[in-house]
Amino acid sequence: MRIVIALLSGALFGLGLAVSDMIDPQRVLGFLDVAGGAWDPTLAFVMGGALIPMAIAWRIAAARKHPAYGATFPAPPSGGIDRRLLGGAALFGAGWGLVGFCPGPALAALSLGGWPVALFVAAMLAGMALHGIVPRLRARVAA
Amino acid sequence: MNFVLQDAMLGLLGGLMIGLASALLLLGAGRIAGISGIVGALLPPKGGAADGENAAFVAGLIAAPLLYAQALGAPAIGVTASVPLLIAGGLMVGFGTRMGSGCTSGHGVCGMSRLSPRSLAATAVFIGVAAVVVAAARLALGG
Repeated sequence: MRIVIALLSGALFGLGLAVSDMIDPQRVLGFLDVAGGAWDPTLAFVMGGALIPMAIAWRIAAARKHPAYGATFPAPPSGGIDRRLLGGAALFGAGWGLVGFCPGPALAALSLGGWPVALFVAAMLAGMALHGIVPRLRARVAA
Repeated sequence: MNFVLQDAMLGLLGGLMIGLASALLLLGAGRIAGISGIVGALLPPKGGAADGENAAFVAGLIAAPLLYAQALGAPAIGVTASVPLLIAGGLMVGFGTRMGSGCTSGHGVCGMSRLSPRSLAATAVFIGVAAVVVAAARLALGG
């Protein structure tokens, strides 16, 4: 059942990205280009729309012991606002600004955007995998 | 500013769908609908018990826009970045979202709706840095 929920959630998420047009990097870059003279506020409406159901969902979760199919709700994130968090966010933001894709829209556009999207997604997956491998490489160098 | 009412309404509708998708995953399976977390968990060197759920979510995310395009016509996917920028941007987005423990969905939607200070800080940083990069790129291109 959890797999069905995950499939439906992913599909609804992808549909939302298509309906809102966040699947188009030009739309996202139009939002990020605050000083360009033709600022496109659409992304703010998408973010606002997405926050409403989730704010309600967190309230429902707080009143329940466990999700419908599962043992626990995710705990609040541990750790504070550290260099890792801010450095990672800055690196992500820079890449986002260069192309206009963050992970969700890039995957949602994969079937429609041709080779440039495939190339971006391949590089993104490589970057994610690289992050997973770095601690191992460090451990090997230190050993 | 370039405000189009229909774009804003579709943005709001798509955003609500994204929020509902995230709420479904939270209340149904007790999971955070963070794209970079879900995709990153599928990549080496990790891999584990939630692989089936994660793969189902990603399959839905990729397939739904294709169905949307079949039903309503393919949306434009405007990728203007050059090949080196696509690769660099992809690597930065991939590595940065893993290092910073989240992207627009995990921090921006799921974390901010929970009023997580970490997510509020990360979202402010990645939107801020992205806006600076977009402005710098426009100035460099003489736009």
